[in-house]
Amino acid sequence: MSTMTAAAGSVEGIRSAIAKGETTAAAVTEIYQARIAGEDPRIHAFLSVDREYALAQAARIDDMAAKGESLPKLAGVPFGIKDVLTLEGFAATAGSKILEGYRPPYTATAVRKLADAGAVFLGKLNCDEFAMGSSNENSAYGPVHNPHDLERVPGGSSGGSAAAVAAGMAVATLGTDTGGSIRQPASFCGVVGVLPTYGRVSRYGLIAFASSLDRIGPFAATIRDAATVLGVIAGHDVMDATSSPLPVPDYTADLDRGVKGMKLGVPAEYFAEGLDQEVRAAIEAGIERLRAAGAEIRPISLPHTRYAIPTYYVIATAEASSNLARFDGVRYGLRAPQSDTLAGMYRRTRDLGFGAEVKRRILLGTYVLSHGYYDAYYRKAQQVRRLLTEDFLGAFREVDAILTPTAPTPAFKIGEKSDDPVAMYLADIYTVTASLAGICGVSVPCGKSRGGLPIGMQILGRHFDEAAIFRVGQAVESL
Amino acid sequence: MPETERVSPTDIRRVAELANLELTTEEESRMRRDLNAILDYVAQLGELDTAQVEPMAQVSEVLVAPEEAASEKLSVLRDDVPRPCLDRERVMAAAPETDGVFFKVPKVIER
Repeated sequence: MSTMTAAAGSVEGIRSAIAKGETTAAAVTEIYQARIAGEDPRIHAFLSVDREYALAQAARIDDMAAKGESLPKLAGVPFGIKDVLTLEGFAATAGSKILEGYRPPYTATAVRKLADAGAVFLGKLNCDEFAMGSSNENSAYGPVHNPHDLERVPGGSSGGSAAAVAAGMAVATLGTDTGGSIRQPASFCGVVGVLPTYGRVSRYGLIAFASSLDRIGPFAATIRDAATVLGVIAGHDVMDATSSPLPVPDYTADLDRGVKGMKLGVPAEYFAEGLDQEVRAAIEAGIERLRAAGAEIRPISLPHTRYAIPTYYVIATAEASSNLARFDGVRYGLRAPQSDTLAGMYRRTRDLGFGAEVKRRILLGTYVLSHGYYDAYYRKAQQVRRLLTEDFLGAFREVDAILTPTAPTPAFKIGEKSDDPVAMYLADIYTVTASLAGICGVSVPCGKSRGGLPIGMQILGRHFDEAAIFRVGQAVESL
Repeated sequence: MPETERVSPTDIRRVAELANLELTTEEESRMRRDLNAILDYVAQLGELDTAQVEPMAQVSEVLVAPEEAASEKLSVLRDDVPRPCLDRERVMAAAPETDGVFFKVPKVIER
């Protein structure tokens, strides 16, 4: 980006540079398109790009600027969209062969809000199939490579969304998070990734994985940019009955207030066995810096933490088995050819269309919901979900936010865990708890390993208190 | 391999049938191995006594007091008024096989 200053690579930098006539949205778009052309053959973050569409969006911003109109919040800002979110007329594969060639006839609410705020869409981003994975190796279109080390995974499932920001191929992106799929790749790629409170952002137009857990959130290089984007996409939507009617605050208003006087909890359970020593050192150093900046650090306990992964994998797969029943070759996507019967057509379509991890989760979900096992598995997991949630509600009576590592290790190697589902699931050990409880969280870069791999700190907050976690995140970023 | 196999070959075939999945013999044994490993891990939930715990299906249950949830003010149901829906032509354009009005599928009933 030699022709632009560093500040111009931020959301507000780009908007104001266009408003002042220092650059044009078209020029910014072309810079990012050139970066994608240069970088993405090695990284594979994008599944589709549409040059003309992006330039047409940019031209509308440049028209407004030429007429001296005031520009919307995201004017001319180059975005990428995870391929589980719909944009009318654009391919939406969800990383699956079963949706190859599908062009949805409607646009997700969060995506429409970005467009209304002047964002420019560069393309759709690679992800694990139906957002099921922690490494992006489950994409039917091939893995994403971590920009910090091409032999390593970017995390998952929103690996493309994290890698695109990390490699400077987009200023911000949208991802989705069901058990850690925004926060864990943000940690692995050294960017900011936000899990908004359940209900804060409408899920309309998100291809469903587990509806009581699925959330849409932004990735960006900085807390400020992520907070700005969340302010745009948040809010009630008649198309999603679980979206909250609570008003959306200005998430950037309190960013620079600092952490003096804030009470920040550190749960012992997140620093136990299995945590990589370098990650531990980086997070503990970050916590000490927050203490030095005036935060009150309190040890806390979230006693049911060790039950979170089994609870999550029962609930998420049960909901997935139900949600993915809709992919049957009738209304959209793939249909297996030459089937004599309807039942045979369903089976062959799903056999051809779904990858191994998706089949594994559908089978597990069907099993835990089936007659004779429902109480032992599904009902039990829902009960433990309440205990896990009550852990957090209790903790948040004592502290304003909670500090943990985002992931137990830095990015692992491609292929390292792909044969062992349980080992792969443990990559989400610190993130699934917030997913189950519905609280908000953010992963913010907090040091690097000796090998130069990014490490992320996870900051968890009360339901609908994103402002607090952004305030802490901003402090971590600037310390 | 676990000492007791939770998922037998019969179980995996029954579950695959319920889920409308066709598994090859190879897939069948791999999926059975994986499901048993995952369910072994899930079994630790049995350590917790949850007899007195209400199941939690979704987050809003813990955010809103029951008496509040019952009040009309907090109703999440929208007014039941007709609104335009997606255009049929655009929806049908995505279908694998259609006559423009209906989705066409292979024969369902034997005559």
